[in-house]
Amino acid sequence: MNPLSVVARTVCNLFAWFLAIFGIYVIVHGHLTPGGGFQGGAVVATFMAFLLVAHGGEKMQSWVRKDRFTLMECFGLTLFISAGLLGMSKTFFFNFLAKAGGVFGGVLPIGPNAGALNTSGTIALMNLSVGIEVVGGLSMILLYMFSAAHPQEPMGREESGHDR
Amino acid sequence: MKARIFFLISILVVGGLLWSGLQAVHPFGLPNGTPMDDYFIANAQGEAAANNVVTSIVFDYRGFDTLGEGAVLFTAVISVAALFRKRGHN
Repeated sequence: MNPLSVVARTVCNLFAWFLAIFGIYVIVHGHLTPGGGFQGGAVVATFMAFLLVAHGGEKMQSWVRKDRFTLMECFGLTLFISAGLLGMSKTFFFNFLAKAGGVFGGVLPIGPNAGALNTSGTIALMNLSVGIEVVGGLSMILLYMFSAAHPQEPMGREESGHDR
Repeated sequence: MKARIFFLISILVVGGLLWSGLQAVHPFGLPNGTPMDDYFIANAQGEAAANNVVTSIVFDYRGFDTLGEGAVLFTAVISVAALFRKRGHN
């Protein structure tokens, strides 16, 4: 797939960062607002789709590396499982960080309140880990499918879009 | 002929069992019992310190379910990578 025109590339360059920031917001605030790791991770993976469509596959594959995303995915799932296993003294997936005072260990008042970011224990940690996993996984799916759909294109062809 | 009679009898038996089982099903449209919902709404803030009760169910009370979802995504990515890998180095 060839890169799009200069206008489309500029707009995508601008808005891809807003997409990434919005997705990270959804992941980080998963225990306060609607959304969470899966949804926010899908939004962040849209960043990759945006840049792939705008810039074409060859340029993207020279910018990013697939093994980084593999690492992200494996790290996310491992963090999730270990966050579940660490509460094993009570039960599997016991929320051992909640109200413990440390990281994500804040105490909430019962009833309607404004919420705080430093609460909810392992829920926030698991949101983060699932977010990392989904970002890595979906980006890797995009990159693999893209490189398989256009295997014959020569590398490094530049400026072959509408703006020749 | 014998097979037909056998099939007819088995259909009648299975259908009768299903029909008699359906008589005990919760009536359609009636509200279910709500002790579980009430427990989550009352205790999510106190136990899990989470304002978002849905997230506290998904990641705390039913964390095992979310682990399965993560495993499903992992398997999907692995299978896509296996399907679309480059040929030539085996």
